Amino acid sequence: MKNNKAHFLCARMLLGPLLSLVALLGHPTLVFPQQRSAKEELLVLPGEVGRSGGRLVMSLRGEPKTLNPLIAADARSREVIGVMQADLVHINRATQLTEPSLAKSWKVSPNGLEYTLVLRQGIKFSDGQPLDADDVLFTFRVYLDEKVHATQHDFLIVGGKPISVRKLDAYTLVFQLAKPYGAGERLFDGFYILPRHLLEKQYQQGKFDQAGTLATAASAWAGLGPFRLKEYVAGQRLVLERNPYYWKTDLKGNRLPYLDDLVYLFVQNADAQVLKFQSGETDVISQIGAENFTVLSRQQYGYNMTDAGPGLEYYFLFFNLSEAGEKTPAEMLRKQKWFREVKFRQAVSAAVDREAIVRLVYQGRGAPLWGLVAPGNRRWGNEKLAHPARSLERARTLLKEAGFSWNNGPNGESRLLDAEGKPVEFSILTSSSNANYPKMAALVQDDLRQLGMRVQVVPLEFRSLLDRVLQTKEFDACLLGLVSFDADPTADTNVWLSSGGSHLWNPSQAHPATAWEAEIDRLMEQQLDFCLPC
Amino acid sequence: MRVRRTFTRWLVVLGVLHGIVVCAGFFAPYDPVEQDRKSPYLPPMRLHLADARGHFHLWPFVYSLRLREGSFDQYEEDTNEPHPVKFFLSGAGYRLLGFLPCRMHFFGAENARIYLLGTDAYGRDQFSRFLFGGQVSLLAGLLGAGITLLIGLCIGAVAGYYGGWRDSLLMRLAELFLALPWLYLLFALRAFLPLAVSPLEAFFLIIAVIGTVGWARPARLVRGVVLSAKERDFVRAARGFGASNGYLLRRHILPETCSVLLTQAAILIPQYVLAEMTLSFLGLGVPEPAPSWGNLLSSLQQYSVLVSYWWMYLPALFMVPFFLGYLGLASSLQGREEAYKIERSSLGSLM
Repeated sequence: MKNNKAHFLCARMLLGPLLSLVALLGHPTLVFPQQRSAKEELLVLPGEVGRSGGRLVMSLRGEPKTLNPLIAADARSREVIGVMQADLVHINRATQLTEPSLAKSWKVSPNGLEYTLVLRQGIKFSDGQPLDADDVLFTFRVYLDEKVHATQHDFLIVGGKPISVRKLDAYTLVFQLAKPYGAGERLFDGFYILPRHLLEKQYQQGKFDQAGTLATAASAWAGLGPFRLKEYVAGQRLVLERNPYYWKTDLKGNRLPYLDDLVYLFVQNADAQVLKFQSGETDVISQIGAENFTVLSRQQYGYNMTDAGPGLEYYFLFFNLSEAGEKTPAEMLRKQKWFREVKFRQAVSAAVDREAIVRLVYQGRGAPLWGLVAPGNRRWGNEKLAHPARSLERARTLLKEAGFSWNNGPNGESRLLDAEGKPVEFSILTSSSNANYPKMAALVQDDLRQLGMRVQVVPLEFRSLLDRVLQTKEFDACLLGLVSFDADPTADTNVWLSSGGSHLWNPSQAHPATAWEAEIDRLMEQQLDFCLPC
Repeated sequence: MRVRRTFTRWLVVLGVLHGIVVCAGFFAPYDPVEQDRKSPYLPPMRLHLADARGHFHLWPFVYSLRLREGSFDQYEEDTNEPHPVKFFLSGAGYRLLGFLPCRMHFFGAENARIYLLGTDAYGRDQFSRFLFGGQVSLLAGLLGAGITLLIGLCIGAVAGYYGGWRDSLLMRLAELFLALPWLYLLFALRAFLPLAVSPLEAFFLIIAVIGTVGWARPARLVRGVVLSAKERDFVRAARGFGASNGYLLRRHILPETCSVLLTQAAILIPQYVLAEMTLSFLGLGVPEPAPSWGNLLSSLQQYSVLVSYWWMYLPALFMVPFFLGYLGLASSLQGREEAYKIERSSLGSLM
């Protein structure tokens, strides 16, 4: 039911260039800011000194939609933008701690309401133009502009009010919050600083959403990330080149990155990625499924495989608990009566064989879960949570207590009946985009069959699935996965809060519908208000 | 005579194959949806005659397989205890021919499981799934072909016999049906249907869809036969004696289409079994966990399965004799038809 998938990184040996790429993506555990010259405050990365030159080829599952960080919603666009842009403070995904990025240091006021950030001096965008506080001011003005519909807009609303930014001098900025923010400076991660000199005109003309299409000329686009745009060939590839003005160096003072070019090939799906990698067309493949990991490790030549450990991904089954409207069919109301019964849900949870899912779907490369926190989350995982073993007897007892009973169906199989004597039948929606989803659902289906429930699995294309779950709410149950982009629960606010748009089982509630949702809301508010630096 | 003999031979082959599928419950050792979660992707078991110590046994036996330590899909034989293959032993309950409750299975082993074709991702017996899946797929093919031929016969007969505007209208309709991109229409149709369709509903839906889509070609063939038949002397004579249209069609013209229809049936049935497989492969067919031949092959869509578990191809190999049987039958039917023609024309000249 709940599952966590490990991420795998597998790299064809390219030694120097690859190591430096990994370094750029923020993997070293120790990073310290250091002044190199009075003019340019560069960040020196510890670790082995590499060689310059070379190109690294990777594959993307489909084309990115945009290079504009504000409107990018899909994972592919965000992956590409991630190497072209930089943020003020960065969360190191390996250590799950924050690191200085464009801001070399920051201070929080004692009441937790004011963050003072100091920018690195003398650093430049990839087109050679200098960065200063005005770029940051411009960036946050655009992020906060409701007309732009920035995907991360809601994260800048703290305590019901948008964050305000003011500039103290050319390199110092003060961010004012209405309420203390539990996650602290993690707030600034992922807000990429935009080049004001290139975008201000377009923004003032109200055409900001048209900026940064893939057809943009390389000279008309710039960022603060290690690579910059070189060439885009529709349907085939995106080529990025080394940003000569990048603000990180190695221990010997060589400016990073070492790689000259970074190439993304567009392929159809995960299997095509594996084929491209096996044929030697790509140098790196990451985030591959357990089966493909096995395939690749079986015939290993010319490449190394690394298990990067568990990620922040989790899979879960949820029932449709949305409020009934006037148009809700009677059958849905009948089913929701079961779903709202806590003991029914507990019985389902007790019957699901999580170990089998880990073994059969993930070939043992996953972990059974009893909560929504994946084991990859070192800061918030709680080992002490009860892990009741799978027990059909307990499930049956719970169902009996909730007024369910059994009889024999036409073919002699046992059928579960509700209090009104109607057989318990429902369907589980799942995404057909990934072969693992229908597989997990098929295992759950078989587990529940043993309780006498007749369950049907309906694999749907991801978009129509989301439409059903979030818009029309025409579904019984759904099996889905979520990825947190940060270990801090603040990142998942709109999943946890009953008013959240991704509170999947009953999204965007005006008031919490149940006592337990009200309790979660309260705890979320409490942890958000808790001021770590105070 | 030789033509007749090959015809009978193909018929016997098909009869035996279908008999096995019809009695799937008896010939399959296990329930097709039962998951053996300890043995996912288990390779086909070997039948041994000589054991690990080199002793020869008169009766075939198997060694049960267990997962190698720390591995997910690598198995090794447990050579401590041979499990002889037993025939006619009692096992999981099923209904023979759909109504007779029965527990007897053709083969199996005591205290062990025999997987002749290996298992799938959930540890379900591929051999049992193949036999039960055949029930779904072959029945879909047979019923679908029946519907198609019935529609084709009616439309073809009307168009050919009455001619005129009816002919033009029906034949243009047939051309339209031939030209439509069916697969996309099927996707659209699926989108309109309720979300969860029970396996039985899905099954009848498939039959209805397959059956109604393909009538155009047989209708054209029937029309051609009817066109030539209605100009025959004996038909004209019967009409001269005052026979009604219905009588003429029933008595003289439709019997002429019989051989065409039979040949068409023998070609259409395997085609429709394949169509069911395509639909199931694309997720439009019988939903899991119910087995069908298409479902059996759909796991091959994954690259990792394709390169790792060769026995997942075996169902495809086992389907070949069925298709071969039907195509052999079709060609011997054609041969028989030609032999009749020669016979009849030579008889005619003698008289």
